[in-house]
Amino acid sequence: MTVGAWAAMSLIVRRELCLSFRRPGQVLQPLVFFLIVTTLFPLSLSPQLSLLRDMAPGVLWVAALLSSLLSLDSLFKSDADDGTLEQLAICGQELSLIVIAKAAAHWLVSGAALVVISPLVGVALGIPTSAFATMMLSLALGTLTLSWLGAIGAGLTVGLRRGNVLLSLIVLPLAMPLLIFGANATDRAIGGTSPAGPLYFLAALCVFTCTLAPFAATAALRITLE
Amino acid sequence: MWTWFYKLASPPYVYRVAAAFAPWLLGLAAIAIGYGLIDGLVFAPPDYQQGDAFRIIYVHAPSAWMSLSAYTVMAVAGAIALIWRIKVGHAVAAASAPIGASFTLAALATGSLWGRPMWGTYWAWDPRLTSELILLFLYVGVMALRPAFEDAGRGDRAAALLAIVGLVNVPIVHYSVQWWNSLHQGATVAKFGRPEMDPSMLWPLLSMLLGFTMFYAGVLCIRLRGEILNRERSAAWVREAIAS
Repeated sequence: MTVGAWAAMSLIVRRELCLSFRRPGQVLQPLVFFLIVTTLFPLSLSPQLSLLRDMAPGVLWVAALLSSLLSLDSLFKSDADDGTLEQLAICGQELSLIVIAKAAAHWLVSGAALVVISPLVGVALGIPTSAFATMMLSLALGTLTLSWLGAIGAGLTVGLRRGNVLLSLIVLPLAMPLLIFGANATDRAIGGTSPAGPLYFLAALCVFTCTLAPFAATAALRITLE
Repeated sequence: MWTWFYKLASPPYVYRVAAAFAPWLLGLAAIAIGYGLIDGLVFAPPDYQQGDAFRIIYVHAPSAWMSLSAYTVMAVAGAIALIWRIKVGHAVAAASAPIGASFTLAALATGSLWGRPMWGTYWAWDPRLTSELILLFLYVGVMALRPAFEDAGRGDRAAALLAIVGLVNVPIVHYSVQWWNSLHQGATVAKFGRPEMDPSMLWPLLSMLLGFTMFYAGVLCIRLRGEILNRERSAAWVREAIAS
């Protein structure tokens, strides 16, 4: 039985979502980690809201980056372990489409979930509600880009036994521009100036990785699978 | 031309060619660096603003230039190896990575020594400095990824792909001083039209650039021979080459 490309992609997205909801721990743990890490900062630095507000964008973005890294490891791992990935690679569909579907599903359960709970952290860190829209938009663009970068890193390290640390080593330098522009956009929104500049940069990075990273991630997977 | 290209894909041929080139390259490097150091450190006039402190440019700028060039060589060699399945390309990439990482470290170290008297700080989170630091992390990532695989061929291909992905950082490092308001001074040499430097200061710098490039190429040849020997250690020609 052959199915069209769109049908195959939507099937994979549905499969990934279904798997995630059957194992809610995998989805919830990075989110809980995100909440806990952001709690550490007020405890270790200063609980004063005025001071927190200055650090809030950085804290938020570092925590988001780290918690996204946690979930990246599982992007291809379980499928590679039980052989599903090989089957997907030879199923006749373009492997890059499968990678796109998997990364999109991964973003839905990690990045999008992070965006949804980010106002909670925003309130805790004293970010004014007027900046929430910018914060969530920048996080949405940033986590989407990170999912693509992470797909490259996860593809490269999926065959390794201790790939987790290496994955962070590979992805974090590439993700640094996201951190700079994302934190800057949030910072500007808190300060009341227009965050358009860094947001455009984030959007450009997002488009750049959305268009090119699938090919790199596919090539990475091919290297590990062959 | 194509036969030459095919010859370059053969490890024994490259092993011999690298041996023939290395002494010439290193000799040229010694002359160019020797002239550049003496002329730059002794005879060139002090800068009207920075005094004698500017002289570190004769080490700093060539190191930074080589940090980018070595990365590009690594990525291009990796791409050639991936596309045409030429194994020597992976050997070139593997040989180039540690040299490039050393140049990056040297550029960061000399830059921070220069920054202390000029900017009043060893380190600033400036676009140029940050992107150069990311370059160092990328080198580290590529160098860590290669031996992580049990299958050497797979590690080579993975490292090549990562090097190609990281290539996006190279233009960012280069243009960071133009794109953002940077503490770092703008380009002095690589400019269309007249360079913004007096010839008495410029010639030793150009000589140092040439010398560093030759030095890199010479060390690359030596390291490449080591890489090839290690990779081909079970081949018959290696036994012959070592025996003779």
